[in-house]
Amino acid sequence: MSTANGLNLTLKVWRQKNDKVKGQMETYQVSDISPDSSFLEMMDILNEKLINEGGDPVAFDHDCREGICGSCSMYINGEAHGPGREITTCQLHMREFKNGETIYIEPWRAKAFPVIKDLVVDRGAFDRIMAAGGFVSVNTSGNTQDANAIPIPKADADKAFDAATCIGCGACVASCKNSSAMLFVSAKVSQFALLPQGKVEAKERVLNMVQQMDDEGFGNCSNTGACEVECPKGISLDNIARMNREYLSASFTADKK
Amino acid sequence: MSWLKQTFTSSIGRKFAMALSALFLVIFLLQHFIINFTSVLSEKTFNEISHFMGTNVLVQFALQPVLIFGVIYHFVMGFVLEIKNRNARAIKYAMNKGSENSTWFSRNMIYSGFVILLFLCLHFYDFWIPEISHKYIEVLPEDSTRYFGEMVEKFHDPLRVGLYALSFVFLSLHLMHGFQSAFQSVGARHSKYTPAIKKLGTLYAIIIPAGFIFIALYHHLTAL
Ligand code: HEM
Ligand code: SF4
Ligand code: FES
Repeated sequence: MSTANGLNLTLKVWRQKNDKVKGQMETYQVSDISPDSSFLEMMDILNEKLINEGGDPVAFDHDCREGICGSCSMYINGEAHGPGREITTCQLHMREFKNGETIYIEPWRAKAFPVIKDLVVDRGAFDRIMAAGGFVSVNTSGNTQDANAIPIPKADADKAFDAATCIGCGACVASCKNSSAMLFVSAKVSQFALLPQGKVEAKERVLNMVQQMDDEGFGNCSNTGACEVECPKGISLDNIARMNREYLSASFTADKK
Repeated sequence: MSWLKQTFTSSIGRKFAMALSALFLVIFLLQHFIINFTSVLSEKTFNEISHFMGTNVLVQFALQPVLIFGVIYHFVMGFVLEIKNRNARAIKYAMNKGSENSTWFSRNMIYSGFVILLFLCLHFYDFWIPEISHKYIEVLPEDSTRYFGEMVEKFHDPLRVGLYALSFVFLSLHLMHGFQSAFQSVGARHSKYTPAIKKLGTLYAIIIPAGFIFIALYHHLTAL
């Protein structure tokens, strides 16, 4: 049964069995989609239809469905997480689309993010960058100082918090014409560099994380600012400038050869 | 790998060096413009400054090599970065809306840069090669009043004036993004002064290229 404002849409979806074989865009029709449903709910409806028809459902990442886990990576109609600002795909609603519209749905495209299946990409590169230095070493002696006992200027705390809101979704990489990971890495470098606990290892951290970023095959930063616009958490380019400063000064002053 | 090599082959180090070379070019271009502009005001002043720049040891053997190195580094690294950046994405998007999140200038630096490179070839052929040949190869007697006439003669040709003007439009497009981008690359960003840098960049990107076009047109038209 069709409702008055249900949307009939043509979907062009990237289908790819695994990272070994080539993929291609496939066309699907969905009908009577409620404008109030989320984009992922629309995908669920498509998948139910595909399963009922005996087909292979479209694989896509999702978990929290409330904009905090960062897994719902989809490049929708030419933008990471589709139209709309400071939202993830799960926070995108079908009311943003018009009846009869064609919607392109593609995975994040970057050499460093190989496709696992359909719209699911392997973002392990981000984990390896974090493992290279995105932490504060704490010894487990049991006499760790209470964080609240360390005075931190409010402005620094705020900036560190803003940087720490990065959910590691990878929209910055997907949006960047160079597939650069600078916004993500700079957010992670900044959240530590701004706080006294993070300052101890700051030089080594930035050198190691940037090296890992380069080794993973992400591109260079051209300062187009696409990442900042498409980032669901509004991570600022201020962080990239901070990482540039941190990296350059660490290069010239760190003990590490 | 030595730390220095490590630094300047890293993504951030490359862009740092790229930005330094670019900032040097921005300063160079400003002084070039000021000197050229004197040709509109006074033939004598233009000849005097040109003679100074052409014969001063510091300018010729300290600044000129830095300039040549800077230009070569800048465009070679421009192409290196472009290739690396393209390689970072094997499969292109079927649908991509770059204009939703970034300026045209910022996404097309390689094209505006390439036109500038073609222009530089013409410009070297027009002025630099004859100049070097005059001074260091043929070693002709120095005439401190020759510069103005040589320049005006070049701008007789309407095709050359047209090519110069077109190239400067591309230089303007390059700097519309490049000027402020260079500050970001060296880490100079703060809400106190970044808005001013952006405004200054836009002004520079309009006034300097437009000024060069004006000078070429001026000499073309007044010599008709
Ligand atoms: C000779 C031919 C040139 C080529 C091929 C070229 C190419 C490029 C490219 C590809 C970039 C972007 C690099 C990136 O962000 O990934 C760039 C940046 C830039 N270029 Fe050029 N360029 C040329 C000449 C010039 C000239 C003559 C000037 C100034 C007078 C200039 C000023 C700049 C500035 C300010 C930047 C920004 C640097 C940054 O983002 O840090 N370029 N150039
Ligand atoms: S910086 Fe923004 S776009 Fe990039 S991973 Fe973090 S939250 Fe996602
Ligand atoms: S599913 Fe968690 S952010 Fe979208």
